[in-house]
Amino acid sequence: MNSYLIVALTFWLAAWAINEWLVRRHFTEPGLQRAANLAVPLLFGVTLLVIWECVVRGFDIPSILLPAPSMIWTRLIHSLPILWADFQQTFLKSVITGYVAGCGLGFVVAVLIDRSPFLKQGLLPIGNFVSALPVVGIAPIMVMWFGFDWPSKVAVVVIMTFFPMLVNTVQGLSAASSMERDLMRTYAASWWQTLIKLRLPAAWPFIFNALKINSTLALIGAIVAEFFGTPIVGMGFRISTEVGRSNVDMVWAEIAVAALAGSVFYGLVALTEKAVTFWHPSVRGGQR
Amino acid sequence: MTNLRTRILPVLTVILAILIIWHVFVVILNAPFVRDQAARAGETVSFAQVVEQTFNQERPVLPAPHQIIAELWDTTIDKPITSKRSLVYHAWVTLSATLAGFGMGTALGILLAIGIVHNQAMDKSLMPWVIASQTIPIIAVAPMIIVVLNAIGISGLMPKALISTYLSFFPVVVGMVKGLRSPDAILIDLMRTYYASKTQTFWKLRMPAAMPYLFTSLKVAIAISLVGAIVGELPTGAVAGLGARLLSGSYYGQTVQIWAALFMAAGLAAILVALIGVAHSAVLKRMGERA
Repeated sequence: MNSYLIVALTFWLAAWAINEWLVRRHFTEPGLQRAANLAVPLLFGVTLLVIWECVVRGFDIPSILLPAPSMIWTRLIHSLPILWADFQQTFLKSVITGYVAGCGLGFVVAVLIDRSPFLKQGLLPIGNFVSALPVVGIAPIMVMWFGFDWPSKVAVVVIMTFFPMLVNTVQGLSAASSMERDLMRTYAASWWQTLIKLRLPAAWPFIFNALKINSTLALIGAIVAEFFGTPIVGMGFRISTEVGRSNVDMVWAEIAVAALAGSVFYGLVALTEKAVTFWHPSVRGGQR
Repeated sequence: MTNLRTRILPVLTVILAILIIWHVFVVILNAPFVRDQAARAGETVSFAQVVEQTFNQERPVLPAPHQIIAELWDTTIDKPITSKRSLVYHAWVTLSATLAGFGMGTALGILLAIGIVHNQAMDKSLMPWVIASQTIPIIAVAPMIIVVLNAIGISGLMPKALISTYLSFFPVVVGMVKGLRSPDAILIDLMRTYYASKTQTFWKLRMPAAMPYLFTSLKVAIAISLVGAIVGELPTGAVAGLGARLLSGSYYGQTVQIWAALFMAAGLAAILVALIGVAHSAVLKRMGERA
């Protein structure tokens, strides 16, 4: 038994005990309660990192298999320019462009087919079906059609994000009840007025559901598409080449950047959702 | 009859429209190559000839549907299943990884959900990380997992299955937590008046109540674990499986092969999701639900 493992074990037990105590305790002040709610998952995350670090050191795991978090951190700090270039190529060019285009297209098509029940009946089952397919497989074809640079990644992202958006928006647009629609009719509201004042607000929860699903899908699509061919920059490219060169700490640094980008992206969408759908029961809280 | 007119007819129309658009694009996308060939040979081709040739190229930009069907037929029916050129063999490689990953992911997801429902500390500390874990593009980690596991001597099925596990446990956890918490307070109080223990409440009330949620999550989970298995095959350098077919097809410009692998994957996904659907309705029927 060496000291690193003992440190890991004690830290884990201590963190567990603190968490149990924090959860059982009820703070009267709302600010303190919120801080406690935040501290519990944070402490859990820190514990994971400490255990990871100590296990790697304690068992002398070669860094080629699993580098310690401290090692990944130093690598990340020292190669910021490369990571920034990759981030620009993959995230700012491919993911954001594809995400906006795919979600926008899905939304517009959904509003268009909303006027025709026939098209809705025909497209919904197909959209649901395509959403369940392994659409990432389209990546090699898109790379062949649009070349190695970022447009082909955008194409993959657009196709991946289009169908969830289409299906969710169509469902959301029919979420307003007939009673409310009749009310709009008694107000002599036009189709556009009904859409903007009643049906779109009712559809927001569904639309944001799709936006959240798509935020992770978009990143996955862009990275996988880079496995099939890319210029010499990009997150997926860096990961696959550095794995080949056994620079595992660089790969983990890239993964950390991807994780951070993904979480922030998701978080931004979730925050916007809270601001837009403040009226929805799941946001207001109340019963769990 | 009304079922036919309101459900099947619109779907068929849309599929027909897609097929027509597809054929138009086959002509548009493949025509430059045909014209180029003809110009080099010093011939002039009429439009009808161009159209005819675009449907029968060996490496088209966009293959015509009949070419894909021919390739599918050729690689599934005509080749023996043991052959490395048989698509059935590759599909089986992918399917086994998918099912192994799906099984492990479901088991892990259900266990985590039970822990989260019964222990508040686990709920508060684990749940945010379960959600955060999905915002991380695991696909980025996939090549790492495979190469590292290869280095310590684990190769073949397991690494791919692990990726599928990671992808598929999340919907199961979220669905099961929701499902296990779905019984009304009245029902839980009723169990208390019966003096039911926690285990009894779990098996007789929470578990049955969670079934619809579980199966909805399983449909998502199986589809996503197929994606995981396919992507898991990419970094190993195209040995076997549908992902390997995609990769080797893109290396050698075999577009028909890529499309055939894609259709096979789509078919597989459809069958798997349908199987879960059948299991779903069977379980609900046994629980006494009336259709």
